[in-house]
Amino acid sequence: MSNKPLTLAEKVWNNHLVARGENGSPDLLYIDLHLVHEVTSPQAFDGLRLAGRPVRRPDLTIATEDHNTPTLDIDKPIADPTSRTQIQTLRNNAAEFGIRIHSLGDVNQGIVHVVGPQLGLTMPGITVVCGDSHTSTHGAFGALAMGIGTSEVEHVLATQTLPLKPFKTMAINVEGTLRPGVTAKDIILAVIAKIGTGGGQGYVLEYRGSAIRALSIEARMTICNMSIEAGARAGMVAPDQITYDYLEGRPHAPQGADWNEAVAYWNTLPSDEGAVYDAEVFLDANTLDPFVTWGTNPGQGVSLLDNVPNPADIADPNERAAAERALEYMDLVAGTPMKQIAVDTVFLGSCTNSRIEDLRAAASIIKGKTKAEGVRMLVVPGSAKVRLEAEAEGLDKVFKDFGAEWRFAGCSMCLGMNPDQLAPGERAASTSNRNFEGRQGKGARTHLVSPLVAAATAIRGTLSSPADLDDAASSTAGAN
Amino acid sequence: MEKFEVFSGVAVPLRRSNVDTDQIIPAVYLKRITKTGFEDALFAAWRGDSEFILNQPAYAGGQVLVAGPDFGTGSSREHAVWALRDYGFKAVFSSKFADIFRGNAGKQGLVAGVISDEDTEKLWAAIEANPGSHIEVNLVDRTATIGSLTVSFEIDDYTRWRLLEGLDDIGLTLRDEQAIVDFEAKRESWRPKTLPAKGV
Repeated sequence: MSNKPLTLAEKVWNNHLVARGENGSPDLLYIDLHLVHEVTSPQAFDGLRLAGRPVRRPDLTIATEDHNTPTLDIDKPIADPTSRTQIQTLRNNAAEFGIRIHSLGDVNQGIVHVVGPQLGLTMPGITVVCGDSHTSTHGAFGALAMGIGTSEVEHVLATQTLPLKPFKTMAINVEGTLRPGVTAKDIILAVIAKIGTGGGQGYVLEYRGSAIRALSIEARMTICNMSIEAGARAGMVAPDQITYDYLEGRPHAPQGADWNEAVAYWNTLPSDEGAVYDAEVFLDANTLDPFVTWGTNPGQGVSLLDNVPNPADIADPNERAAAERALEYMDLVAGTPMKQIAVDTVFLGSCTNSRIEDLRAAASIIKGKTKAEGVRMLVVPGSAKVRLEAEAEGLDKVFKDFGAEWRFAGCSMCLGMNPDQLAPGERAASTSNRNFEGRQGKGARTHLVSPLVAAATAIRGTLSSPADLDDAASSTAGAN
Repeated sequence: MEKFEVFSGVAVPLRRSNVDTDQIIPAVYLKRITKTGFEDALFAAWRGDSEFILNQPAYAGGQVLVAGPDFGTGSSREHAVWALRDYGFKAVFSSKFADIFRGNAGKQGLVAGVISDEDTEKLWAAIEANPGSHIEVNLVDRTATIGSLTVSFEIDDYTRWRLLEGLDDIGLTLRDEQAIVDFEAKRESWRPKTLPAKGV
């Protein structure tokens, strides 16, 4: 054993090695927490039945319903037969295999990546998997968290382990102080625009630097959530006092002596002085503007103060062609100021931005304001608990007074597996994570934005930041 | 996965080449939520034809398929293997398989044995001379025998070993189960547990 300085990701990896792979075969890693939802699990459970295998560790497994759940009339049977079947199948499988499930109507029902942290199950130094690519969210706690496929779901259910090939590490250094109105979402959109949607392929990203350290856990979750949009399987932030304060006292957080032992271990997790990353990226937080996407992948983003780019200015022929196609699909003209783009719908929700801080941030902007005429705003809390918390704070009233629709928890319009979809040709400012063609509905057009930009856009009807709202009163405000 | 050493079952001559996975199972059957129950979907487009080989009483209980070259090409769908398996097939012979199909077959316990074009013709002739006859597939010796005719087939050593041992991916990992048990014994008590449920 050498005393080579290690990164956060390497430490967590080494700590979960059940068997080291030989001759190029993968390592076998132990999985601390397996999150399950209705879409990617049915054939995994069926595979277990077929082989006569039990779930090895039901006590490390938890299920919730999110992708297909309606956000209206949740007390009525689900109308869509495919959705209804998938959810009923999850309930049956959970009962058969002894797995804890939080079903529609339960306080802990909601988006799987909101529920884990809310229960205190997500914590530093653990491995987390789920049959969902946005599992990277949990890396905000300093966990190694990865999305997996259905055959891997079956493998983890049966063995609580996963064969994995080692990864490379990339440091994303974000130094400085964010200006008012600029948030975690803007950081990650800027990172993806910088390194591209394939830039993180084969890497675990570690977000570092003073700007990251200053962020809340929920904001760090927003950043880690979108690591997959840069092609990385996982993103991580080293744990610190902010992490511990968020976690302490949650239902499944360690208690008493366990807590002290855990914190002592967690304090050893941050990357060692002199640890070497395979790649490094630098971003200046001081000069960052609110970021929005103009195209059809999350890497096609610009400052909100910019214009729709001109494909002719893009040197790389593949990227240029992609930009041309994107502008056509998005029905945008090069050179148009981003702020002149009018939307039909504003969606506040998804595993990226549906937590209580996101709702508070948006509510603080719209409070006492009037919604732009003809704009629909959908607010979908990440979990039933977030919804209740928001209602206790009166946020539901702020949204409803504003004219927004206050919905029940789930993935909703992020991917439109439930009835929450855009109509063909409709344009949305969305706090979600993917602006792919057809993602939010056939022919739908998506601009990815932060909750603050979503709120300001709902007021003005065009892509806007909170600073734009002050312009009428003071022509200097927000002029940066 | 069951161990496969020697198996004897009804042989089916499928005198077709380039049977792609869309023909083995059409896309419409991929919406299901199960990993089993695909027997009705196997060769669904052909099953309506009364002349189709599996619609002939002698072959209806088929368990060993002898097909033409380029079997299992096209889409990577694992459902193609599930459909064959669910119908009752334990082995498929062809002079050439698509790589992905062959990989999927090995994972589900279906033997995909490569035989020469010449032996394919010989097997077809032997089966058709006596419809409904059994063929013995011997994975230990890598041979297939019908009556007095014995042909050799190829299957890679690793897949053969896994089939003989009855090991799928999960089975392979569980060979290391003691390592998992040892790891779990050291697992610290602060690490998360979903049960007993708290916060409900």
